[in-house]
Amino acid sequence: MTVLRLITRQLMLLFSVALVVFMLMKLSPVDPVDAYLGAAVSRVSPEQKAQIEAAWGLNRPVAEQFFVWAGQLIQGDLGFSTTYRMPVSEVIGQRIGASLALTGLAWLFSGLLGFLLGVIAAALAGGWMDRVIRVVCYVLAGTPAFWLAILAIMVVSVEWGWAPICCSGPIGVPDQQVTLGQRLEHLLLPLSVLTVLGVASIALHTRIKMIEVLQSDYVLLARAQGASLMDIILRHGIRNAALPALTVTMAASGEIFGGSILAEQVFAWPGLGRATVEAGLKGDVPLLLAIALLTTLIVSSMNLLADRLQHIIDPRTRRL
Amino acid sequence: MLTLSNYSLTLHTYAGFLRRVETPRLSELNLTVHPGELVAIIGGSGAGKSLLAHSIMGLLPNNAKQYGQIAFKGHALSGAYPAGVRGRQIALMPQEIGHLDPLAKVGAQIRWAGRRVGLTDVDPAACLAQVGLSKAVADLYPSALSGGMARRVLMALAVLGKPDLLIADEPTVGLDSANREQILQLLRGQAQAQRAALVITHDLSAVLPLADRVVMLDEGRLVGVEHAHAFLEEGEGLQSHHARALWQALPQNGFC
Repeated sequence: MTVLRLITRQLMLLFSVALVVFMLMKLSPVDPVDAYLGAAVSRVSPEQKAQIEAAWGLNRPVAEQFFVWAGQLIQGDLGFSTTYRMPVSEVIGQRIGASLALTGLAWLFSGLLGFLLGVIAAALAGGWMDRVIRVVCYVLAGTPAFWLAILAIMVVSVEWGWAPICCSGPIGVPDQQVTLGQRLEHLLLPLSVLTVLGVASIALHTRIKMIEVLQSDYVLLARAQGASLMDIILRHGIRNAALPALTVTMAASGEIFGGSILAEQVFAWPGLGRATVEAGLKGDVPLLLAIALLTTLIVSSMNLLADRLQHIIDPRTRRL
Repeated sequence: MLTLSNYSLTLHTYAGFLRRVETPRLSELNLTVHPGELVAIIGGSGAGKSLLAHSIMGLLPNNAKQYGQIAFKGHALSGAYPAGVRGRQIALMPQEIGHLDPLAKVGAQIRWAGRRVGLTDVDPAACLAQVGLSKAVADLYPSALSGGMARRVLMALAVLGKPDLLIADEPTVGLDSANREQILQLLRGQAQAQRAALVITHDLSAVLPLADRVVMLDEGRLVGVEHAHAFLEEGEGLQSHHARALWQALPQNGFC
């Protein structure tokens, strides 16, 4: 029953997201055929343009277009990407690996690093270390992803020459020939930028929760038993602050996705974030819809998982 | 064993934006607890009972300021708290279930408490048996305990390190007679040989049978120190007016 309700809710969410994205794309001034033809548009007659529109189904009513797309989706067909001139499923298949490596690792590391910083700040609340961590977090929370990415390239890649300037491998080398070492070398800078950007909210949330834990009655008793600060942090602090931190980290997956679109653009990273921008600029509706649905699915599943984990881990909400 | 000399405590709070107000919470306390003695501290809510317990444990909030001295076995506690005293020599039995970590099993919390007083191989089952709880309790989370069970677990934790001084905050409230008797037995055992207990309560009749002396606290002041055996009949043997009023106000003494 509960499972059925969850699935229904998930499907309704996906349908709403698809509908909104579709309508926004139809309202966009970008003409997909013009964008597809590019400079060649001057050599194409209006009749030929109309033929392309008919072939893509763009001459049909908007509502019909949407339901044709939805019908194909139910049959497992994501449609054809006019930007990359191949099926959408292939575009996603080629790029999801690079995206998961960057976004997934950034999400994981920012969760771990944010939690660690939050715990340290709370344990030393009011001290200089706490102040430094807090100021850094406030600054990071107000930093745009693209700006930090550009700054990182300017300073780390150009000035210091410590990291490659762009891409997921050396320029001119086919993807199959890029070694693991080269891949890691190219991943490091974008990964660091995205990780650092995700740290702020998790660190600040963990800090507040941890301070609350340290003022609790059970920590008072632990102190009365003669426990050291380290003992209290390890036994009571992490145990009680981990769950709220996990929830925030799961919820932050959406933010990291958003940041990754900009960071991939700046670093010319061949992932889904960059494909999103391309699809938007070229009016590539099937590709954009597919990426939007995939992102929605991942972010909403993360939040659902956080909610379920809360019930499984916390004995107060668990049925014994 | 424990001596309070002219001990006062104020808490400062901010009134409005910047004006700092010092509120006296404990005033000019003089009290000595001798080895082998069980002293009961009686007072209503807000009398400063729990604050006194926290003062002795050295666990005061940051806005507290202390005057006078608390000494334990001749060493001052009110300044820098001596190492190895908290938990090992002076133990606290708090009142509420919230003093147990909600996310850790009872057994784990017993083992942690043991390690904190230097015992590496504590048997939770034996520890629980001491307070009349089955070993199955070790596998429960605090949320699954009743109020009475939680109080007995807190008692088991407090006596784990065989402290010289045990401070128990309302140890018998909400317990049925069998459980209460068990807790009182443990407190009696505590107040023997060279050890002592300080029992904080608002319930005079519960502690009279086992107390040696009764200390009355009202709005942070000591308003009377009596021998427990003086509380009988019409209370003629009582020294202070406050003690007589308290004794005569008990329902079994038919006074209102």
